Amino acid sequence: MPSEAPDTGKKLVDLVRSVYDSLKTGEVPELVMPSRNRDNIVLDPMYSVWRYGESKVTRSAKYVDGAEYILKSLYMIEFILEMIKGSKTSTLREMYYISEGWKNGKFGTQDESDIMAEDLEVITSLMREDFRLRPEENGASVIGNLTIEEKNRKGEFKRINCKDDVGEGGYNIPYNVDQEKLKIVSSDADFVLAIETGGMFDRLVENGFDERFRSILVHLKGQPARSTRRLLKRLNEEQNLPIYVFTDGDPWSFRIFASVAYGAIKTAHISQHLAVPTAQFIGITASDIMNYDLPTDVLTDKDQQALQAELKDPRFLNDFWKSEIEAMLKMNKKAEQQALAKYGLDFVTDKYLPDKLSGPNDLGE
Amino acid sequence: MANRHYTISEGKEISISEFFEKNRHILGFDSPQKALYMIVKEALDNSLDACEEHQILPEIRVAVRRMEQDEFEVTVEDNGPGIDRKEVPRVFGQLLYGSRFHSFKQSRGQQGIGITAAVLYGQITTGKEAFIRTRKLGEEVAYDFKLSINIKENRANIIEEKPVIWEAPHGTIISVIAKGKYQIGKQSIFEYLKETATVNPNMSMRFEDPEGKIFQFKRVVEKASEPARAIKPYPLGLEPGEVITMAHESSASTAVGFLSGDFSRISRNSAEEICKFAGIDPNKKPSEITLAEVKNIRSSLDKIKILPPSPDCLSPLGEEFIRKGLRNIYDELHPAFYSKPVMRPVSTYNGNPFSVEVGLVYGGDLPNDEPVRVVRYANKVPLLYQPGACATTKALSELDWRSYGLDQRNGTGVPFGPMILFIHVFGIRVPYTSESKEAIAPVGEITEEIKAALKSAARTVKGFLNKREKRKKISEKFRLVSTIIPEISEKSSAITGLEPVPIEPVLSKVANVIFINESFEPSDDGIRVKLVVHNYTSMPRSFDIIADPPIGDIVEQKNEFNVRDLLPALNVTFEFRVAVEAGRYPGTDYYFRGIDPVYINGAEPLPADWNIAKTDVEEVTEDAQ
Repeated sequence: MPSEAPDTGKKLVDLVRSVYDSLKTGEVPELVMPSRNRDNIVLDPMYSVWRYGESKVTRSAKYVDGAEYILKSLYMIEFILEMIKGSKTSTLREMYYISEGWKNGKFGTQDESDIMAEDLEVITSLMREDFRLRPEENGASVIGNLTIEEKNRKGEFKRINCKDDVGEGGYNIPYNVDQEKLKIVSSDADFVLAIETGGMFDRLVENGFDERFRSILVHLKGQPARSTRRLLKRLNEEQNLPIYVFTDGDPWSFRIFASVAYGAIKTAHISQHLAVPTAQFIGITASDIMNYDLPTDVLTDKDQQALQAELKDPRFLNDFWKSEIEAMLKMNKKAEQQALAKYGLDFVTDKYLPDKLSGPNDLGE
Repeated sequence: MANRHYTISEGKEISISEFFEKNRHILGFDSPQKALYMIVKEALDNSLDACEEHQILPEIRVAVRRMEQDEFEVTVEDNGPGIDRKEVPRVFGQLLYGSRFHSFKQSRGQQGIGITAAVLYGQITTGKEAFIRTRKLGEEVAYDFKLSINIKENRANIIEEKPVIWEAPHGTIISVIAKGKYQIGKQSIFEYLKETATVNPNMSMRFEDPEGKIFQFKRVVEKASEPARAIKPYPLGLEPGEVITMAHESSASTAVGFLSGDFSRISRNSAEEICKFAGIDPNKKPSEITLAEVKNIRSSLDKIKILPPSPDCLSPLGEEFIRKGLRNIYDELHPAFYSKPVMRPVSTYNGNPFSVEVGLVYGGDLPNDEPVRVVRYANKVPLLYQPGACATTKALSELDWRSYGLDQRNGTGVPFGPMILFIHVFGIRVPYTSESKEAIAPVGEITEEIKAALKSAARTVKGFLNKREKRKKISEKFRLVSTIIPEISEKSSAITGLEPVPIEPVLSKVANVIFINESFEPSDDGIRVKLVVHNYTSMPRSFDIIADPPIGDIVEQKNEFNVRDLLPALNVTFEFRVAVEAGRYPGTDYYFRGIDPVYINGAEPLPADWNIAKTDVEEVTEDAQ
């Protein structure tokens, strides 16, 4: 069973106490927390990751929106305290459905309740796992010569080698990959390759890329879940393995890389646990599209807006990303990693990846 | 008569019937879909005109029956005054016959072409004759006719005429068999009947469609329409040629007698003055007046004062008909708001008197994201075709509806929103864009009047929307202090395990107002209203509330409620009953006096002139922009 940080209950009750004290002294209750948008992320020099800055937002019970927000957070805290008491966990989705019974505190959408759970993390400096809340999606998978020990339902650690003890689907990353749930025993590899799409992951597995190039393959499954990023971080820190990120060539893939390397805007409060600042991008670039003459699609309006937004995103403020984003906007095209199949099924493992891995560092570092 | 023939090139004369046969589109019979609609329309317009003229409450039956795949029998029956049997051949069998052709008066039909054109169309497309039955008011028997048209000579060809016993005391049936296509939708017989029912709420009508489905439009006003009175021609509204014709047909013996006797608004004195300015011998025989002299008369009219035409000659629908008609037809959409109908004063265009009435329906089940629906009428007749060419569309497209709370791209064009606009233009010689009278010509004066009427109606929508927005804000704030903050207090003491604390200081900080909140429920004897007054300020408060239900009256008690020394965080409830039909109660308007308005949420300050005169700000029709 997962266990929360020992002061979780106290921190949550203290937060409620501040609301109670306001009412007692005749002050209108308020909740204050860092603003969680792109304009308020700053580079943390200690960890080289992006975190929330100084700007704050205040939710005041003076207005209907603010009062509802405070009420919803009270209901959520009450729910979390009950789970701690009963040693239960819940998925974010289950909590959303449970909120149906929360009178004026019920959520309109699951997005709203997910965001509030994150807000509570930000306000209390605790983690979602402390709240006994978990995402419903499955973690992504790993294949490669990595040995771990995972605590099973009986509470025993079970040893698994991610090459020999798993099927073609690989080892499934659990939602909690912290030390008390998952121990990294050993690895025999030179680097970790994180791959955006399932199709490409399967291609590299079939071509035996992990053995030929002494690597650990991690499937990101699109925008990676927290546990996937946390595992990458631990592999990097504990096994000293460099991380390479191999994605499609479009604005959304750039964001996948940014969240692995620099931290995601939504989870900037825990970037130091999740982000690998030394991760390197070897996904499809605008230059690849031209150099390899890859099959492309035209950028949609949404793609263009996303690229424009990235030009203003502090995480992308370096020469490499500026020139890649501008080049992509100019050519008005994007390409998938599987477009490399234009030159045959082995092209990616025989030519593209070896070139990228041995070539000069794209980030110019 | 000379005007029964059109002369075309090289002196070859053809009859008007022959002309029509070759140019049927001019009168609107230009497609199979439209043909059936035109037949219904021409017959029904005549029926309603006749009923109105004789102050009869119309009782109408319309049936469209399929005879063959593309052949239909259209039957319209009325309870009108009936037609003298000697008149039947001319009314139904001769184009341009019409008792109204020379009269200066507002009516639905105008040119005496319509119904004969319908008979002719049926004859051309199927070779079949028309059936007519009519019983004149006061006659013992009805007469059945089978009749066709002699196209070469433009006269009726009576195939059969026989007296019959008919239980109806008076009325007319016309039945025409014609080729056509029956359709539904925006430009259909059904839509035409529906829109006709809107402006004739005193009509009862039964409609049977080709599938045998019966639709009944019910009568909701037990009052005959006020007919327009014929007036003598108004001098500023005539073409010189018309004046010459009048002069030649005049029974007056002198020019002065002709001018003062045959025109409206010209007195004997004015007539003499006109002769003087125009240089005409006052004793000249009217038949000898020349075209040049007519032109002089026209220009001398500008020099003397001549009154505008009498409004008597117009027949508006009036507020009651529009209000009840719109409710009768559109209430199934549960509109949130019906504007008070806007009636413009009489104006003139080229000397022809006309006016505009506008009604408006808003909200309910009407779609938010579609262009507003426009129902157009000219002289009480629905206009279904050619909306783009119509003065009504031009007028409403030129208004900036955004300032009235509707969506409109760039502030021009037809606005979007849950709204039906009802526009009625009526007058003598309303100008149309074509002979088939499908769209009102966008003449400057008419467009401007429509705009002015639309603006007045739009202001009422704006007023309604503002009120609704304000009510919403008040009820949100009320929910904040009455439920959300108490719930926050409850939860925070439950979680911390601490004693609940009094929250009144916070409530008065958040609100600092007095809420006046109405709730109501229907009962057997009207609407039971509960009025709760909460003091969310930090001081005891005293003031008076005056209730003013817009519909119905408060029964068995005064409409004034006195709040005395209401302590902070406490409330007081008043209950009363309004005698009004359930479902019609729109909520009472509340006013207050004796307290600073900043503290009151849910009522308006009592107007200073209360009990002196009831003013209605929505009545303003002048452009306030």
